[in-house]
Amino acid sequence: MEFGLNEQQEMLKKTARDFFQDKLPRTLVRTLMWEDPKGYSPELWKEMAELGWMGIMFPEEYEGFGGDFIDLTVILEEMGRALLTGPFIPTVVFGGTAVLNAGTAEQKKAILPAIASGNLIMTFALQDSADRFDAAGVTTSATADADGYVIKGTKRLVPEAHVADKIICVARTGSGSKPEEGITLFIVDAKSPGVNIKEHITFDGKRLCDVNFESVKVSKADVLGPVGQGWPILEKALQYTIVAMCADAVGGCQMVMEMSSQYAKERIQFDRPIGTFQAVKHKCANMFIDVEAIRPLTYWAAWAVDTGAAEAPVAVSMAKAYCNDAYRRITADGIQVHGGIGFTWEHDMHLFHKRAKTMELNYGDSHYHRAIVADDLARSVATA
Amino acid sequence: MDFNYSPEDEAFRKEVREWLEENLPQEWRRDRYMTMADRDEWVQVQLAWQKKRYEKGWLAPTWPKEYGGGGLTMMQTVILDEEFTRANAPQAGVGMGLSLIGPTILAVGTEEQKRHYIPRILSAEDIWCQGFSEPNAGSDLASLQCKAVVDGDDYVINGQKTWSTGAHRANMCFLLVRTDPNAVPKHRGITYLLVDMRNTPGIEVRPLKQITGSAEFNEIFFDNVRVPRSNVLGQENRGWYVAMATLGYERSSTSQGIIFKRSLEELTKLAAKKMRNGRPAIEDPSIRELLAQCAAEIQVVVLNGYRLLTNRIKGQVPGPEAQMTKVFWSEMNERMANLALEILGPEATLQDDDEDIRRWQMTFLSVKASTISMGTSEIIRNIIGERILGLPR
Repeated sequence: MEFGLNEQQEMLKKTARDFFQDKLPRTLVRTLMWEDPKGYSPELWKEMAELGWMGIMFPEEYEGFGGDFIDLTVILEEMGRALLTGPFIPTVVFGGTAVLNAGTAEQKKAILPAIASGNLIMTFALQDSADRFDAAGVTTSATADADGYVIKGTKRLVPEAHVADKIICVARTGSGSKPEEGITLFIVDAKSPGVNIKEHITFDGKRLCDVNFESVKVSKADVLGPVGQGWPILEKALQYTIVAMCADAVGGCQMVMEMSSQYAKERIQFDRPIGTFQAVKHKCANMFIDVEAIRPLTYWAAWAVDTGAAEAPVAVSMAKAYCNDAYRRITADGIQVHGGIGFTWEHDMHLFHKRAKTMELNYGDSHYHRAIVADDLARSVATA
Repeated sequence: MDFNYSPEDEAFRKEVREWLEENLPQEWRRDRYMTMADRDEWVQVQLAWQKKRYEKGWLAPTWPKEYGGGGLTMMQTVILDEEFTRANAPQAGVGMGLSLIGPTILAVGTEEQKRHYIPRILSAEDIWCQGFSEPNAGSDLASLQCKAVVDGDDYVINGQKTWSTGAHRANMCFLLVRTDPNAVPKHRGITYLLVDMRNTPGIEVRPLKQITGSAEFNEIFFDNVRVPRSNVLGQENRGWYVAMATLGYERSSTSQGIIFKRSLEELTKLAAKKMRNGRPAIEDPSIRELLAQCAAEIQVVVLNGYRLLTNRIKGQVPGPEAQMTKVFWSEMNERMANLALEILGPEATLQDDDEDIRRWQMTFLSVKASTISMGTSEIIRNIIGERILGLPR
């Protein structure tokens, strides 16, 4: 029983923090969010790959470091603190873990070292409509033909698809008694004929794209995992992805808390720093209380998902719901503590405020996830 | 990051469970406290349980063997605590000997004080209460006025203490007195005394009734009370720092998480049983969402308990997150108690003999103390703001 980071993880954290402090100033963040067509920096991407961050979780035989998800979570937290934009989570967390867990030897050899070296960008196309992300909502179809399959359908809110090399498409190849049956995952080359991508930009600079699969042909070798049994693979990769979003939130919350505390020390009104006023002081204290709640929940969820613990689904939902609310509260209070300047475009507070909202509403808001926790609670007393 | 216990730990856990099976009678399991009208009867159970644990050698496992404690590793101590909590075992003993003054004496007492007081705490020969707060010194404890004037080999004490839990059952008191009325800052004029309440004339204990209907805490009046100067713990006028050490000793937070998990389990079962608009309350989405929120907050308490435990095992000081635990769980507990009464519905405030109502009504009422005692939520937020975030006073 041990709760904490090991020495190596502490080092990773420091390296990541220094790296972003040095290489990702907020001016660059803004440019990447709203002006840069790619929405991320390929130079930074290369440097992160050189540091080994993409391949941290991969075994050494695939050019990885043989580390675990906790190692990656440490880095993800620093990425959130630094407001890193781009396809890191879809590529490394979703794509990386999905292929690592379900890929054939050929697929792993083709994909994992390429991710590790920074030469492959991936994403996943799950939602056929924006209002849901469950199996029953999957209507994109994949019909078998002589050479493989033909995929038809339009996916919404596909993260960073506009720069992806490969897209893991969640499609229906059949049906069963449950909607989860008959779902298959396909690794689709983004440049395949018939793949049409339309970019939509969120107010925090994420690209959540429409991807239309217009009779896109894929081969049997592009199927990830067993045909018709792709949903459990998707679920697991999505669990990793949601925890990664939580880690991003933890990093952002920590930064907002630090900025707000700093401002409260410096800003003088009524001849005293505003941090001497209890209302302001307590807002900052509440940020601390929230951060010290979401960080342990997130790391516990990371451990649970990575070790396949029975409590993983509940842990993920607890973490996501709490992080949703905490990031929202903290960024709102962050603007509040800064007063008028917090409301300006020029001040960086709104970058976090907006990122918090996008994070909150994607892959389950707090009500959605609390319902999952409640279901588990209710089940546990019914069987007791 | 590892949330599993080692095989040796699990073997010890099994041993503890088996011992509990044989040694903890069903009537002593803590659930029943909530329905027992007679608190004094329960005190006897706690004392008897203390004796059993002492005989087994499982009473104060982290205390040095030479004073009567010892026997288990830190991890085993935690497992013991967890299993006792799971089994609803009563608190061992009464008063603040095991929890507060014992560790304080072990930390700062003289050899003579350790040899004298520690065995008496373990055997329950001494039952301790705390004499800190005064009517005019609550959050601002350093402004306390209870005076101690030197007269030969004694101090002569005059003043009043309040909110002293269990003073009506105690024979000993650890008391903060003002020995230097002119000290600047004022906390430098405070001395920490160990007082024999039974054999010292001039001490009067008056119970104070609480909103729960029982009188668990007290006022203590000191009228020309003579206490030997040798009863100082630490040094004269340095009592504030000893008091801070006392206030720092809290029971292991890993067991706290387990208590709350049990409560949530009971509450969820209650929601399955009780009706709300004609359907079981557990089917109501609002109730479900509030239960889920409690579950997440309780998990935070559990996880922060593990962080504290990891620090203890590594011999490190508690991290800054230790500051948020009390404010966090007390406010969570308040929300949970309110949810419980929502589930119970309008019958929740009746004074009937229904076990569920009595149990949760008592929680709802007592929980209002927990956001005030041991540092109010407001003071703790000030401490977080000032000491952790560096905000100015």
